[in-house]
Amino acid sequence: MNRETQVLKTDAVTVEAEAAEAPPQPQRQLLALTGNEAVAEAIRQIDPHVCAAYPITPTTQIMQEVAQFIADGRMRAELVPCESEHSAMSACVGAGAAGARVMTATSANGLALMWEVLYIASGMRLPIVMAVGNRALSGPLNIHCDHSDSMGARDSGWIQFYAESVQEAYDNILQAVRIGEHPDVLLPVMCCMDGFLTTHTSENAEILDDAEVRDFLGKYRARYSLLDVDNPVTFGATDLPNAYTEHKYQQVEAMKKADAVIRAVCVEFGAKFGREHGMLEAYCMEDADTAIVVLSSTAGSVADMVDTLRAEGRKVGLLRPRVFRPFPAADVRAALQDLTAVTVLDRSHSFGADGGPLFTEVRTALFDAPHRPRVLGRVYGLGGRAITGGEIRALYDEMETDTAPTFRFVGVRE
Amino acid sequence: MPSAALLEIASRGEPVAGGHRLCSGCGAGVIIRQMLTATDYPTVVSNATGCVEVCTSVYPFTAWNVPWIHNGFENAAATITGAEAAYRAMERRGDVPKRKNKKPMKFIALGGDGGTYDIGLQSLSGALERGHDFVYICYDNGAYMNTGIQRSSASPFGANTTTSPAGVVIQGKQEERKNLTAIAAAHDIPFVATASPGYYMDFTRKVKKALDVNGPAFLNVFAVCPLGWRSEPEDSQILARSSVETCVWPLYEIEDGRFRLTFRPNVKRPVTEYMQLQGRFSHLFKTGNEDMLTHIQERVDAEWEQLLKRDRREREENSE
Ligand SMILES: Cc1ncc(C[n+]2csc(CCOP(=O)(O)OP(=O)(O)O)c2C)c(N)n1
Repeated sequence: MNRETQVLKTDAVTVEAEAAEAPPQPQRQLLALTGNEAVAEAIRQIDPHVCAAYPITPTTQIMQEVAQFIADGRMRAELVPCESEHSAMSACVGAGAAGARVMTATSANGLALMWEVLYIASGMRLPIVMAVGNRALSGPLNIHCDHSDSMGARDSGWIQFYAESVQEAYDNILQAVRIGEHPDVLLPVMCCMDGFLTTHTSENAEILDDAEVRDFLGKYRARYSLLDVDNPVTFGATDLPNAYTEHKYQQVEAMKKADAVIRAVCVEFGAKFGREHGMLEAYCMEDADTAIVVLSSTAGSVADMVDTLRAEGRKVGLLRPRVFRPFPAADVRAALQDLTAVTVLDRSHSFGADGGPLFTEVRTALFDAPHRPRVLGRVYGLGGRAITGGEIRALYDEMETDTAPTFRFVGVRE
Repeated sequence: MPSAALLEIASRGEPVAGGHRLCSGCGAGVIIRQMLTATDYPTVVSNATGCVEVCTSVYPFTAWNVPWIHNGFENAAATITGAEAAYRAMERRGDVPKRKNKKPMKFIALGGDGGTYDIGLQSLSGALERGHDFVYICYDNGAYMNTGIQRSSASPFGANTTTSPAGVVIQGKQEERKNLTAIAAAHDIPFVATASPGYYMDFTRKVKKALDVNGPAFLNVFAVCPLGWRSEPEDSQILARSSVETCVWPLYEIEDGRFRLTFRPNVKRPVTEYMQLQGRFSHLFKTGNEDMLTHIQERVDAEWEQLLKRDRREREENSE
């Protein structure tokens, strides 16, 4: 991801960190790492109290590496190698309620098996950080990339990041810890990257100095802990209708506050480490007439086509939300409202809905705009099917016609 | 000895406050109190969904004067292993909040038979195998009571439950109980035992031992449910003793693999004495169902004989 991108800033951003003194001679390293290796390295540097996990392709390698780090004395964390993902997330909840910093990783069926507990983790306001290597949900069984797993969990009360590159996957994990633990937030965070396309692909990534990471994160002190026996707390009480709505509303408020915290942490991260990722990334959007909106690694292929089409003199752009929950609706609206047409690429579908999950979010965000572009929804890349340059070009071409259907699958044999 | 221990127990305060919503005569209510007054360790409790959880934690109230967590129905064991792992990791780094009681912290997972024998079996097995230092206490009331008395794999043969009803052609549950205590013991963990709050000194001694051993321990505890069994609340302690005296619920322990009966009734009472106090078995006393009653008695006799034999054999082996 070497392109010149534009980070969209809003008023909510505060740049308090810029004044912070630079640590003495940080030993940063530029390494060729896969997404899994980079995330494992981030976990080693964070050195949480507890990791609880269960293997599943394509994220198995993350906890294997963590286990090796522990075996080699390079981490002090307790690894709980559970008998299922349901238990892994349950153990994360137990550890989180104890006041521990907790991390895990999973994909697809593993995430699906955690489903019940995902909601409990967010309802209990535990800042667990989970790496997700996006993979198609069964059935039929398919180990390759699409977003049906984490998109299915989009309403579970977790903050969701979607990384385009190995570097971003690494950076997101570090930021997720700060964001989730922020007292205004206290929500679990899912850091998604594309299965195989990012988890197993080597890219250059700059790995920070261990000490820098430690300083950036600071120590986590949970407000309530199961281990605080002198101040016993009841976690996971039963709510009757008189209280449940208010508890859910507090989660809504926390998600709203997460928006500002994510922006602030991004700016601080940028100031300290030179890489500022925003809520979304805009490429060639300043004067664009049409744009594609897409998550994660596909943005790379789309950006390539933008370069090609720009060389042909066409005013095309790309918008990549990096954060899906909380959804940066105002930024999306501001970025897209003056265009003539927008195509939203979804790597999962919501069966029976008007379009994929990203499509419906983007379209809703644009509804209140004074001027609305046409918004087209396209589902692509299910179960790891590649999208070609030709197909992406056709998506841009299509936006210049009046006949493009609002919704269709890309490259499906009907 | 017992009186001194009782005095100590009585002075420990109430870890579970009164005013909770458990039925009068509920065995589980007695169990949670006895379990927490058995020692004065600082203790964390993870509670599976079920009657105890629902009745003690309706927001904004809580009956628990100890740290307590309810996660889901099937994951009380996995949840406590997370808390226990956190304790070890945080203790190493000096991150555990300070406490007055300097004794090591202990971890208890608590679940009904549904949350333990059935939906939580995998989570339990994983936690036992991983060797966490915790105690799992199952209060076995022989059905999913919280959702309205559905059968579980702990429901006894012949029991009338809402999903194994006694009807015109089928007379209650047709399957035998799962032997969960044996399954737990097959994990080769340091301590496994059965208990009944009717024999509270035996029970509290076992809780203490379970908490004291290094590694996982499992206690299967007999819990009367007047609502689900259609028994009188005032008969609950009678049933908690009669289950043991009829050998329906034998009391034993397996410590480091060594089996030992911890109670032998002087006179082994007939099972009908125990069953007659419960509406869930009333259909078995009707004409035509004599075979079922005989079958139940024979099964209890055979199991008891086996336990006696095992107890004798292991005593002989260990006295050499
Ligand atoms: C995953 C899941 N499935 C089903 C339920 C519904 N449920 C709640 S409590 C319960 C029965 C609990 O039975 P048991 O474990 O025997 O405890 P008891 O109610 O008898 O105390 C059931 C089926 C649930 N809460 N979660």
